[in-house]
Amino acid sequence: MSAAPDLLRIAGLRLEAGPGRGPARAPLLDDFSLVLRPGEFVALVGESGSGKTLAARAIVSLLPPGVTRTAGEVAVEGRDVGALGPGALRRLRGGTVGMVFQEPMVSLNPAMTVGDQLEEGLRLHRPMGADARREACLAMLARVRIGDPERCLASYPHEFSGGMRQRIMLAAVMLLKPKLLIADEPTTALDTLSQREVLDIMAELASEAGAAVILITHNLGLVARYAERCVVLEKGRTVEAGPAAQVLAAPAHPYTRRLVGSLPSRGAARRRPAQGELLRVRDLKVRYRRRGQAADFAALDGVSLEVSPGEVVAVVGASGSGKTTLGRAVLGLVPAARGEVRFESLDALALKGAARAAFCDATQLVFQDPYSSLDPRMRVRQIVAEPLRRHRLSRAARHARVEEVLAEVGLDQLADRFPHQMSGGQRQRVAIARAVVARPRFVVADEPVSALDATIQAQVLALLQKLQAQDGFACLFISHDLAVVEQIADRVIVMRDGRIVEQGSRDAVFDRPQDAYTRELLAATPRLATSQAARNSP
Amino acid sequence: MRRASVPAVVGGLLLGLLVAAVLISLVWTPVDPLAIDLAAPLAPPSARHWLGSDEFGRDVLSRAMVGARISVGIALSTVACSLAAGTVVGVAAGFLRGPVDRLAMTVNDALLAFPGMLLALGVIAVFGAGATRIVFALALAYLPSVVRVVRGAVLSIREREYVEASRVMGNSEAYSMIRHVAPNASPQIAVLATSMFGWVLLAESALSFLGVGVPAPAPTWGNMLASARPYLDTAAWLGVAPGVCIAATLLGVNLVSDALRDRFDPREDR
Repeated sequence: MSAAPDLLRIAGLRLEAGPGRGPARAPLLDDFSLVLRPGEFVALVGESGSGKTLAARAIVSLLPPGVTRTAGEVAVEGRDVGALGPGALRRLRGGTVGMVFQEPMVSLNPAMTVGDQLEEGLRLHRPMGADARREACLAMLARVRIGDPERCLASYPHEFSGGMRQRIMLAAVMLLKPKLLIADEPTTALDTLSQREVLDIMAELASEAGAAVILITHNLGLVARYAERCVVLEKGRTVEAGPAAQVLAAPAHPYTRRLVGSLPSRGAARRRPAQGELLRVRDLKVRYRRRGQAADFAALDGVSLEVSPGEVVAVVGASGSGKTTLGRAVLGLVPAARGEVRFESLDALALKGAARAAFCDATQLVFQDPYSSLDPRMRVRQIVAEPLRRHRLSRAARHARVEEVLAEVGLDQLADRFPHQMSGGQRQRVAIARAVVARPRFVVADEPVSALDATIQAQVLALLQKLQAQDGFACLFISHDLAVVEQIADRVIVMRDGRIVEQGSRDAVFDRPQDAYTRELLAATPRLATSQAARNSP
Repeated sequence: MRRASVPAVVGGLLLGLLVAAVLISLVWTPVDPLAIDLAAPLAPPSARHWLGSDEFGRDVLSRAMVGARISVGIALSTVACSLAAGTVVGVAAGFLRGPVDRLAMTVNDALLAFPGMLLALGVIAVFGAGATRIVFALALAYLPSVVRVVRGAVLSIREREYVEASRVMGNSEAYSMIRHVAPNASPQIAVLATSMFGWVLLAESALSFLGVGVPAPAPTWGNMLASARPYLDTAAWLGVAPGVCIAATLLGVNLVSDALRDRFDPREDR
């Protein structure tokens, strides 16, 4: 018998949706086992609905209403969580087990100062004097690299960026010196650089404090970089578990292989498509007025670029670099303060009436969030047909084109559904179908795959590539995910603070980055060194 | 098809009863609602007067049936006018913003600053009483709340990406408003419409109570209720009949509208 009990022991855990919900369903989580010793770093990997979040919530007995544990045991430091009284549970949550959630925008209370929120936990779990509390908070904020801890304590959450909020959240959790830290997709909402920063700090703090970490993620690159062990979940079942390096390098289960295989990869460089200029942007400036501040904020500060017909140009950069504004401004959705956008040598920003309508027909936009970009009151067929509204087409011709596009995106069976009846990936296919149905010559794709799971992401990306090759539209592909960009782009533009810091062919930017910021971005991108090998294995 | 829920059935029955009463009153009432029988004032319910008679000996049941036509007619017309005008102004203000919004909201806030009843009284004082004028007065009184609610809904909807997607397609602002913004504001508008129906029924009663409602001798639930007040302790049935009618109608409208909303909201899982 070992001297100390394991920090966490989960054996044969089974979670089911409560009764009264129709016929018996498959359990949400089945026969899940995990043993954690102090200081270990384990990743739980899987897609939406695989049960990874539920497994973590079961540890602190915080299951959503209607979900019950029907078998198995969960013990933290040798004590069964299910048998704990309310008081002991409160001490467990936060005190022994800390949690960091995905959405930094909503996990901090917007009506409380950061200081009050940090101290709240301390007051509950670690009795100490007010001065000592304040000192502890300041020290922890400094540890998570918040520039001015004193000011931070008196500030409200909205004054911070997503990455900073997540670091504050981390500080709040680590202040209580938990023995186990559960991080549920802590960086999914963040850009590459903030992601790196948050996770680096998290790993550092945990190893210093000797805390074990459970990282829940769908990003295999992060697993490779941070985790010692990983557990792969599919539809509530554990399909593979073991040392992270081994699982990723030689995945045994088909599902794991599929996950590894769905990582974006660089294809051969395409021949530069048709020469000439489709879009030409000169010295574009966009300003936003900021409330309560004298100076306007320059979202775009003198951007110039060209796009050839049929070319895929990726725009990369961190949040706030102006890449989304660029896509919007090019389409005339955001007014430009200065500069010129020429589309097929017409001045796109000055178009009126019929010429503007023609420009709109030739250009399209695919949004990041497939949940808000489709009108919830329209059926798929109507949504996809809408761009054809002003085209002089017979009813039959319009119908035929819609059916054709729906078949191309693989949704011909779902044409009569409403958006809410579809998954995120399916919705994004609808958005893509809507974008290409009128045969545009230029499409702006704003983070089209970053809201999707890994395997879905690979499918949607492949679809976009196929349609692009087939229809030959040019594409401005906006993304913070360099791995995705590497797969799809012909050319890459790197933006920072509203300016272009580097642009060149994909291979040049990825292999011989000139600018320091580009190198920083590349270094922060979680990639799998072994992915190539795994893909080639059967 | 899902089986109708119990509340929906109850609501449907109540409204069905109302419609039936209105239809029957068009061709037949037990007694002429205007016939005065001074020999039998304030008679309790009997074989001749099922719900009793009022202070002039008029048959309460007959008056309630005819009153339904007028009261519900006024309420429906008021809600329709107020919603139609309010939706147009609210959607335009919320979606277009800028000067349109500022102008509309300034006028709206000025109207909102008046108590609705005072506004209605003022309109009636100027134009005189009568069913159409009451509709106009009440519609104007409730318009500001409609504009506020619709504009609020539109402000959040206009930021959705599908509205921007519509713009990217080159759709005009007017088309985007009608096709994408207004339909998605309909749940809020529907909720407002049902509560408004109740307010208007009561407001019509209040106007009658103040003596500026539909002129006598035409019966409405409101003026029946008003004229019942002095006799509440001696002839309670006078007040009970219109009171129950108003309550039952409100209940029916609320139950049915809840059911309709569940039925027609595409997001509702079934």
